[in-house]
This record gives sequence, structure tokens and C-alpha cells, in this order.
Amino acid sequence: MAEGGFAIHPTDQFVVRKLFCSDDHATAVDECTTGITWYDITNVTLWLALAAVAVILLMVYGTRRRATIPGRSQSVAEMIYGFVHNMIEEVTGHEGVKYFPYVMTLFLFILFANLLGLIPMSFTNTAQLGITVTLALLVFLGVTLIGIVRKGPAFLGMFWITSAPLALRPILAVIEIISYFVRPVSHSIRLAGNLMAGHAVMKVFAGFASMAVISPVAVGAVTAIYGLELLVAVVQAYVFTILTCVYLKDAVGDAHH
Amino acid sequence: MATEATDAGHAAVEHASSGGLPQLDVSTFPNQIFWLLVTLVVIYFVLSRVALPRVGGVLAARKSAITSDLAAAEELKQKALDAEKAYNEALASARTEAAKIVTRAKAEIQGDLDAAIAKADVEISARAAESAKRLDEIQAGAAEAVTEVAKDTAKELVAAFGGKADARSVNAAVAAKLKG
Repeated sequence: MAEGGFAIHPTDQFVVRKLFCSDDHATAVDECTTGITWYDITNVTLWLALAAVAVILLMVYGTRRRATIPGRSQSVAEMIYGFVHNMIEEVTGHEGVKYFPYVMTLFLFILFANLLGLIPMSFTNTAQLGITVTLALLVFLGVTLIGIVRKGPAFLGMFWITSAPLALRPILAVIEIISYFVRPVSHSIRLAGNLMAGHAVMKVFAGFASMAVISPVAVGAVTAIYGLELLVAVVQAYVFTILTCVYLKDAVGDAHH
Repeated sequence: MATEATDAGHAAVEHASSGGLPQLDVSTFPNQIFWLLVTLVVIYFVLSRVALPRVGGVLAARKSAITSDLAAAEELKQKALDAEKAYNEALASARTEAAKIVTRAKAEIQGDLDAAIAKADVEISARAAESAKRLDEIQAGAAEAVTEVAKDTAKELVAAFGGKADARSVNAAVAAKLKG
């Protein structure tokens, strides 16, 4: 970057690179970011593993005493348990509670991936489309399969809105089908987009801090945005989870719109 | 960027890292998807086998402990109420008993008193009768003495006036006088 000016590379933080790899600077190609195979240990792997470790620490190590009067970590674990359990029971009804472990997995994973991504120099998995699209597709395919298995052909009834006038029903059916298939798109892009935007903006402001005149403002802005991002990290985990419950309701709940 | 012509062959590979979003680099997707699935499976199994049953068990145990404690408290409260009731009953019966005893004692005392009064009355009336009898005797004695004295005095008076008193007629006259 011989042009000088700000050394701001807000998207560099999202680059997937191999760990245990050294770049041969003699070539223009960065060997660590190219030719990544599915089994390579990358920064994605590292931060996914850390998220899993964090989940296990909280939910297994934190509850190891099984105390009737809980300590701090056990209280947090119980609170999250109750929170997600209530959410799934309220949204999908009693039938959906069967899928509680899966919804809990999603919530805890996204929550900890979001929060770990806020550590400076870390890598934010939930800002990666590859990750969020996979998560959203798992929900989409899972819900569709559960719906077909549980309801059979009646599952398609959710596209045929019997409360609407007969003439409108085909048009509504088309709209409903489109909206059904758009779900995984919005579901994944909402999460990745929120995380990516926040992290990129923070990087940009951090870059501005290298200019003495505006650095106080930039540092203040980074602090403020960091606070906002903490909120976003929790809220987006919640949003992803509650949308999963809403979609699950179509597959297990009574068909009423 | 335009440095190495030697690496021109590799330059084509260096697509997403030099421009555009790294997230849109589809070549890293298999890696992300694979490791994500591994992570999710690990978390899922740890949660569904260990963590969730444990937390659910703790919550259920706490709920049942609270329920049983409340039931025990309810039972103890009931016991306390029963005890209070029994106490009140005992108190009331003791009061009744005491009142009965008082009544009986009063009746006994009254009976004794009545008997004593009756006995005293009898004694008083006996003594009074005796006194009256003695008074009568004294009165009778006194009247006889007066008669004797009057007879003797009349005889003496007759003798003093020089008459020869016939004792029998004097006595009759005095007796007549005394009667009249």
C-alpha cells in the first residue's frame, strides 16, 4: 500500500487462513489463504473449537455441582436453559419441546461465536456466510423434513390459505412458497450481515485513530460501537433462535395463520 | 500488485483476498461447513447427553424440593392449628370443671351452714324454753313468798290491833284480797 493514507482494511479480519502455515513472501500468492481444503485447520476451526469449549465450560463445568442453591455459573446456565425452553414452548407449543436440544445448540453456539468474535484480534465465525448459510440451511431442511414426516402431504396445506377468498388462494400460494424458500436466505444474511457490518465499522473507526486530530473521536466511537456490538451479539443470537422456533412451529404446530 | 510477472499464473487464484468480501470466497466454504458440522455435533451431543439432562434434573429437583417444603410447612401449620385448638379445648374444659367444682363447693358449704344454723336454732329454742321455765318457777316462788309475807303481816297487824286473829280466816281474807 504505497499510496499512503489510512491503513484501513476493514475486511481483512474476515479472511479465512490456514493455521500452522507460513507465507512465502517471494510470491504474490498468500499460501495461507489459498487452496484451503475442507480438512485444513484454519482460524475458522480454532474459533469454532473455542466456542464449543466455552459452551461446554458454561453448561457442563459450570453446572458440575448440581447445586439446589446455584452458584453464579450454574445460575447463568439455568437462566439460559429456562429462557430457551420457555421460548420454544411458547412459540411452538408443547410438541416443539422435543427439539429443544437442537435449538439450544444453535442458540449457545451463535451466542458464544458472536461474543468470542468481539475479543480483539479474534475471528468472527458468525460473520462468515459459509457458517450462517449452513446454519440456516440446517434449520430450513430440518424444519421441512420434520414437517413432511409429521404431517405428510398436509404440510403443504400451509401454502394454501383456506381463510382467504378462493380466487386469491393461488396467488397467495405462490407468495407463500416464495417466502418459504427465501427464509434461509434472510435467516443467514441477517446474522452474517449484522456481525460483519458492526465489526467492519469498528475496524474503520480504529483505523481513523491513527490520525491524531480525530483519534479521540475515533476511540470514543470504537468504545460506543463495541457496546452496541455486545448488544447485537446477544440480540442476533436471540433473533436467530426465535426465528428457528417460528419456522419449527409450521412443522409441528397446529396450522393456523 | 504489479510486482511479479513470474507469479502471473498464481494471480488468478488470488481472487477474493485482493478485492471484494472475503466471505464471498466460495473456496473456503467446504472448510467452514465441515468444521461447523463437527462443532455442532460436539455441542449437540454434550448438551443432549450431559448438560441439558443435568440442568433439567437440577431444576426439577429444586421444584420438587420447594413443593415438598411447602407441603411440609402446610402440614406443620395444620399441626400448630390443631395444637392451638386442643389447647383452647383443654382450657375451656378446665374452666368448666373449675366452675363445677366451685358450684359443688358452694353447695356443700351452704349445706353445712344450713345444718349448723338449724342445730343452733334448736339449741337456742331449747335454752329459751329452759329459761322460760325457770322464770315461771321464779315467778311462782315470788308469788308464794308474797302471799306468805302478806298472811304473816296481816296476822301480826291483827294481833297488834289487839284482836285475836283466827289464823284460818285471816289467810282466807288475804288470799281473797290478793286475788282481787
